[in-house]
Amino acid sequence: MSEALRIEDLHKSFGKLEVLRGIDLELAEHEVVCLIGASGSGKSTLLRCVNLLEPIEAGRIVLHGEEITGRDVDVNRVRRGIGIVFQAFNLFPHRSVLGNVTLGPRKALGLSKPEARERADELLARFGLADKRDDYPDRLSGGQQQRVAIVRALAMQPRLLLLDEVTSALDPELVAEVLAVIRELAAEGMTMLIATHEMAFARDVAHRVCFLDAGVILEDGSPEEIFGSPKEPRTRQFLERIVEAGRL
Amino acid sequence: MLIAVTSTLVFFGTLGFLITRAPGWENFKAYFFDWEIYRESFPEVAEAFQLNVKIFLIAESIILVTALALAVLRSLPGPVFFPIRALAIVYTDLFRGIPTILLILMLGFGMPALGVEGIPLDPVFWAVVALVLVYTAYVSEVYRAGIESVHPSQDAAARSLGLTRFQSLRLVVVPQAIRRVIPPLLNDFIGLQKDTALVGTLGVVEVLRQSQIIEAARFNATAYVVAATLFVAITIPLARFTDWLVARDRKRRQAAGIPL
Repeated sequence: MSEALRIEDLHKSFGKLEVLRGIDLELAEHEVVCLIGASGSGKSTLLRCVNLLEPIEAGRIVLHGEEITGRDVDVNRVRRGIGIVFQAFNLFPHRSVLGNVTLGPRKALGLSKPEARERADELLARFGLADKRDDYPDRLSGGQQQRVAIVRALAMQPRLLLLDEVTSALDPELVAEVLAVIRELAAEGMTMLIATHEMAFARDVAHRVCFLDAGVILEDGSPEEIFGSPKEPRTRQFLERIVEAGRL
Repeated sequence: MLIAVTSTLVFFGTLGFLITRAPGWENFKAYFFDWEIYRESFPEVAEAFQLNVKIFLIAESIILVTALALAVLRSLPGPVFFPIRALAIVYTDLFRGIPTILLILMLGFGMPALGVEGIPLDPVFWAVVALVLVYTAYVSEVYRAGIESVHPSQDAAARSLGLTRFQSLRLVVVPQAIRRVIPPLLNDFIGLQKDTALVGTLGVVEVLRQSQIIEAARFNATAYVVAATLFVAITIPLARFTDWLVARDRKRRQAAGIPL
């Protein structure tokens, strides 16, 4: 399998607080990797760094063989190839569903209006959102909004998709519909880096699971290894707390 | 409902009673509310008011654009743009601080007197320039508040799609910002409307100047009341129009399937 993403010794601080303290991570094409760990362990920051939404202090990020953390990199071009879906959806409230989905393809990829619409309609239909095409985001349920956000990211035809706790802001009964979409994408071979609190889902969908603790990847292994026989005491502790909370 | 009506009647009834019982009421009434003079002076005052409307419309269209540009310049992030931000701040501080009437006098009398070849001599031109300078500073602050009220996650979402900083501002941030600041924008424009009366200080016969002329001729201030009526008459529809804009936007965002 060829390499999709390689992160080398990534450091990131917010002021004096060092959030990422040397992250090394590789993703192969078509691989699904889940990042687990307590709130504040750096999962979201890591994803934002990969999408170049946060400047980094040290380290390198290599995407499909190209270093994207170099000085002369066109960040807009890099971002066009990486989709990200946020915890709080971040849909554009002043644009209809169609307007949300076509904005990137039209303005960043330069597609014509009919081309962008065709692409959007196809994706919306595929994910059961065709009848929501002309609605505004405020009218949709959380689950529908998050599915639209995923479609918005997919409309850019990214080679890598980053998912940042995409079900954390949803009511429990709406989580399943969003996870189903991600499962479908995984089955199709989409390369994904997923920060999540849904342990059962991670175990089910991930090829590999990474446990983040205080800004480093403490343990990296198959879902069976991480959830079945974690080596690190911190990983065990974390998973025990999750089990106590009834989330696994 | 009944309580509201009753208390309103009692309140204004008492107030009206007290005012009309004041010893100078008859003089006051004759000086400001002479129906005869109201009717006679109305056409002249209304004609002069057209100039105010013209000044207002021209100034407002320019201000809507210049103020947004200034607000955007001030919102540019990063150390590279520091000089531009600093300039924008100095501009805002300066022109919000100068009394409007002073700037109108300075430009209206000063610029034509410079005697520079090709410089416009019409005081109305310079009055419009002065109003634009002052209100651009005010209105840009309104825009800026709107831009800053849009959550950074909106910009992050736009940038994550590969949009440039400017595209994100133009297509995502500013459209949302403007929708939020429509009511305070209207506030400033009502202020601008009334400040068009300051142009009269240049000797231009606009509504206030015309009313003064009538007052001097007839020893009666009813013409001022005519002017006030005219101002209120265009402010109220504008306010209702704004309410309608805001309501339409809210409805559209919450309604299913209403196309843009």
